[in-house]
Amino acid sequence: MKVFVCLKQVPDTETKIKILPDQSGIDTAGIKWVVNPYDEFAIEEAVKFKEKNPTAQVWAITSGPKARAIESLRTALAMGADEAIVINSPDGLDALSTAQALAKTIQQEGGAHLVLTGKMAIDNSQSSVPQMVAEFLGIPHTTVVSKFEATAESFLVERDADGGTKEVIQLMSPALVAANKGLNMPRYASLPGIMKAKKKIIKEVEFSSLGITTTEQKVRYSGFALPPEKPPVKLLSGDVASQVSQLVEALRNEAKVI
Amino acid sequence: MSKFLVFTESHNGKIKRSSQELLQFAAKSGSPVVSLILDPAAEALGLEAAHHGATEVLFSKDADFESYNPEVFTTALVEAIQKSGASTVLASSSSTGKDLFPRVAARIKAGVVSDGIEIQASGDDLKVKKPFYAGKCFATATFENTAVKMVLMRPNQLPVMAGDATKTASQSELSFTKPSLKTLIKAIVKGTSEKLDLTEANIIVAGGRGLKEASNFKILNDLADVLGATVGASRAVVDAGWVGHSMQVGQTGKTVAPSLYIAVGLSGAIQHLAGMSGSKVIVAINSDPNAPIFQKATYGLVGDAFEIVPLLAAEFKKVLQH
Repeated sequence: MKVFVCLKQVPDTETKIKILPDQSGIDTAGIKWVVNPYDEFAIEEAVKFKEKNPTAQVWAITSGPKARAIESLRTALAMGADEAIVINSPDGLDALSTAQALAKTIQQEGGAHLVLTGKMAIDNSQSSVPQMVAEFLGIPHTTVVSKFEATAESFLVERDADGGTKEVIQLMSPALVAANKGLNMPRYASLPGIMKAKKKIIKEVEFSSLGITTTEQKVRYSGFALPPEKPPVKLLSGDVASQVSQLVEALRNEAKVI
Repeated sequence: MSKFLVFTESHNGKIKRSSQELLQFAAKSGSPVVSLILDPAAEALGLEAAHHGATEVLFSKDADFESYNPEVFTTALVEAIQKSGASTVLASSSSTGKDLFPRVAARIKAGVVSDGIEIQASGDDLKVKKPFYAGKCFATATFENTAVKMVLMRPNQLPVMAGDATKTASQSELSFTKPSLKTLIKAIVKGTSEKLDLTEANIIVAGGRGLKEASNFKILNDLADVLGATVGASRAVVDAGWVGHSMQVGQTGKTVAPSLYIAVGLSGAIQHLAGMSGSKVIVAINSDPNAPIFQKATYGLVGDAFEIVPLLAAEFKKVLQH
């Protein structure tokens, strides 16, 4: 019984973004790469699933430039994943190409009982790859999941919808579940785990071997730019009552937002 | 000429403002606009969609659309796209839109862009600007190798006028074959708040560690009630368990762009600033004049939040009653 966890490597949230001179993307020099925070919840849930189901095997999988992307898999292995696969692919693939690469590789490994992912990657917030992987695997999915429970033939999950609404959903297995914050508390990798992960042989798949043609790339991004500089803040002065009335006046008659 | 399809959502028996934005945007292009309404109350909404610019309404009143099930909605939307011949398909980046569009895009092998903040359509050309790294930078998406272009737009990005009650649209019922379901909706537990979700709110009042403890969020709730605002929070106070994660604004929470964002006792970590700097007007209330939030703020009040916020609520109450 295989559980696949799909990971993405993203710049650390503290990263100050710089743009390349030709605006084709961001300058990645000096960036600290981390596992997408939502994907950590997915790894944790997979490892918890394995602890309850000893026959389960957790496979971490990622698509990206091999030399760098492999580090995210070491993190997953250190947290308790059994095996890892990197799909060596160029930077800048769109969601549809990435999802096909992940789904094809999962199929080549014999398919999954459960696929876990984060609900989105914090780099482009596209929130697309999980649903697309599920579609290409022909299995049901639920996104934004903050509660997960496995039964014999299905999964019972809770989805966080807009406005604090919770949807309780039963998914027949195999299925894909995309994690939200709150699903669990990801564990820290143990020292023995880190040592073991370092020695683990990571399976490599070339993106070019998967038969996904360039016409599968449907979306391209260009013109990367930083947000325009904001004018300096208008600090209101005087006593509290005066500051408050100045603010109300400004919001009503200057900014006209109230 | 391209034809638009707008996945039209409703709330309390009215078409959501975010869907009105898209219908009106599409109508302005002069192209035919199909409004797809999947809702047991679809009949009452069709005319409203026409008022906002739909030239055709495609609807289904099937009871299955009472709640969102990805499998049923995917089948219906794919059928609607194919039946209508639409080449540009729009929805709001709502909980439903974000879940549904990528699955449909995978089924019909279409390009999809989410979280758009600007959209330009001319002829067959479509450009969508969206934030990256929660707003630390922006880029423009273009489409290729795709007959259908799918776009999820963030709410509150496009202007909305009053609907034109003289406009009408042809209405037809969508027929589709229901798939055998592997996704079963067992229960829907409505949120306690009647307020709009943070991502759709026009005014947000957000609090951080400066509020000192969870119970002090009451002063924000009181202010929010006066303004009809939604309350948000920083990651620090969510992690501390003061409020739920659905209230978190920032790179690992929600990215928001309201007309007015009032940040109270919130210093403005880089992840938080990324998530809210798209707001039109930002008010910062903080006792520390060096807090990074002041670099993004339009108006700043340096002082004690516990003094300022209740006064502000009282002052707004006074002026809004007139």
